[in-house]
Amino acid sequence: MKHLLSAADLDLDTATAVLDTAAELKATLLGREVRKLPTLRGRTVITMFYENSTRTRVSFEIAGKWMSADVINVSASGSSVNKGESLRDTALTLSAAGADCVIVRHPASGAAHRLAGWLGHTGTGVVNAGDGMHEHPTQALLDAATLRERLGDLRGRRIGIVGDILHSRVARSNVHLLATLGAEVVLIAPPTLVPAGVEAWKVPVSYNLDAELPGLDAVMLLRVQAERMHGGFFPSAREYSIAYGLNENRMKLLPEHAIVLHPGPMLRGMEISSAVADSERPAIVDQVSNGVHVRMAVLYHLLIGTEGNAL
Amino acid sequence: MSALLRGVLLYGEGDPVDVLVEDGVIARIGADLPAEGVEVIEAQGKVLLPGFVDLHTHLREPGREDTETIATGSAAAALGGYTAVFAMANTDPVADTQLVVEHVWRRGQEAGLVDVHPVGAVTVGLKGEKLAELGTMARSAAGVRVFSDDGHCVHDPLLMRRALEYSKALDAVIAQHAEEPRLTVGAQANEGEVASRLGLAGWPAVAEESIVARDCLLAKHTGGRLHVCHVSTTGTVDVLRWAKARGTGVSAEVTPHHLLLTDELLASYDPVNKVNPPLRTSVDVQALRAALAEGIVDCVATDHAPHAPQDKDCEWSSARPGMLGLQTALSVVAQTMVITELLDWRGVARVMSERPAQIAGLPDQGRPLAEGEPANLALVDPDARWTVRGADFASISDNTPFEGMELPARVVLTMLRGRITAHEGKVCG
Repeated sequence: MKHLLSAADLDLDTATAVLDTAAELKATLLGREVRKLPTLRGRTVITMFYENSTRTRVSFEIAGKWMSADVINVSASGSSVNKGESLRDTALTLSAAGADCVIVRHPASGAAHRLAGWLGHTGTGVVNAGDGMHEHPTQALLDAATLRERLGDLRGRRIGIVGDILHSRVARSNVHLLATLGAEVVLIAPPTLVPAGVEAWKVPVSYNLDAELPGLDAVMLLRVQAERMHGGFFPSAREYSIAYGLNENRMKLLPEHAIVLHPGPMLRGMEISSAVADSERPAIVDQVSNGVHVRMAVLYHLLIGTEGNAL
Repeated sequence: MSALLRGVLLYGEGDPVDVLVEDGVIARIGADLPAEGVEVIEAQGKVLLPGFVDLHTHLREPGREDTETIATGSAAAALGGYTAVFAMANTDPVADTQLVVEHVWRRGQEAGLVDVHPVGAVTVGLKGEKLAELGTMARSAAGVRVFSDDGHCVHDPLLMRRALEYSKALDAVIAQHAEEPRLTVGAQANEGEVASRLGLAGWPAVAEESIVARDCLLAKHTGGRLHVCHVSTTGTVDVLRWAKARGTGVSAEVTPHHLLLTDELLASYDPVNKVNPPLRTSVDVQALRAALAEGIVDCVATDHAPHAPQDKDCEWSSARPGMLGLQTALSVVAQTMVITELLDWRGVARVMSERPAQIAGLPDQGRPLAEGEPANLALVDPDARWTVRGADFASISDNTPFEGMELPARVVLTMLRGRITAHEGKVCG
């Protein structure tokens, strides 16, 4: 693995190897007082975040630091980006300065692919930490890690992805990865939030959450971004919540074993009621903690490779 | 100056003949014409066509002379077999006044390689709010007969109605960039499977088709003349067929890139493939080829749109839309229409020269290959094969989606009113 740009690029063996490494790291670090491994000592990892983000950036930073990498954070504000420097020049500069890996979050779909192209000759790896409406592969990996913990083997499991499919990079990455892992995915959203051409994704689409809930092993809620709410995609937050919000009554329709995922940040009261969010069922806190281990595993596979046995 | 083209095939048909050009006109056509005192050009087996006419180019001057000038764009046009090109109005300043259109016209005359006809803006500053002084531009030295806000759609139906109506007195045509702006907010790629996979905001076919349908109705209602720029969808072809059948004054163009390339290329996220309207599906490509062969789409226009490297070598959504086209148009048409036997060379003459000249009302372009006619000519080697290298183009800008492609057929000589403007890949200034 030289780059991680898209969950679609992960075959079953690679995805399983990354998830197994993440589980191993989690077990190794569990209960340790000093959560620091020497694995990436001397490696330099740079995060380039062109969008506001707390959880993803912090998660990558902790992942790097727990493996003893030197982690440097660059954000669009307060850098040469503000002076009008192109993404290409910024990337080449950071690579030349010694980055072994850059982790990029960018509002343009395909930005990580472009970066990998520009850095192709340098040996600097690229991790896509979310590009526009395209993909967010480490989010899909941490979701899969969480699902595996709670449900075991994902083959034949049915996962509902609910909400703004159209604009969601989380949805795209999850559709790819869950299919690779053998799970069935059903997309649940109002028609205005389903992309044209979704037929090619080869997954069922439903407009009716209540009808789908009884058949699900997990329900994955997507964040509805504020700008979508005012973009005329649906009449009101209230109406969205009535049809697609996960509340206590809806929870009764879910099978006992089924779990609830949300990539965060949650819009309480709209996407998910506070009672549900704070109940035992959601795995949202596990998602955050698994995020660190999955990103450690990704950095490990990217920078050390599968041959290394430094764990 | 006199020149004798030896052994050419007129429209690629019949027996080889010699063509004698004297004083800017085709003086004689016949077998074994005498060669004394004239420049002889050996052209055995080459196809002679009327010089091409491009209704849609962006020559970037004034304003973006770092990407193209009227001189470099004229050179590219001559090398591509063109004897007349229409320079779109979206320059800086916009070509919405007599001053700017006369400047463009004069700069074209100074370059002297191709007739550069300025397109006048329909609305002041391309803002879509107020009609520009169409009459003044029409009566200027530039003699503007084609008006367009290309790059922007004249989306206000009342303004479009007025433009179609008013231009009747000027014997002019309104060339519409058909894009309903409310349906294409933030649009980056053809709405469909590829865009959904790549996470690019969709540019739906209906945004083009709804404007074309509306404008055809307005053209019929007003009796004005409408020209539809860069038709890109199957549905637009259907609308045009319907409108033409009911006697609407409408014509339409298709670009070479929409005849060859599809949105599958977007998977690389390389903005050399970014263009507006966007690359569509292979179904659309097939429909556009058939429509061009049938005459529902009248002609080929390049939408030649040079861009600086920094405006293309960036992330997709930041990149400017547009592609070079003047030096690849004939070869792409050969690849998509001639090799496929959808058009013969006479058909190529129709779609690249005769129809565009008629649409724009150019009396001395797109003329028959006959004695006494103006010698605006393109000589084509139908058997050539060449590999596209953007760096070799006459344009200042060099990025092209055709980079590295091997294409058939090549223009070997271009003649403007009897004067050779390009020969064997070299500009003759």
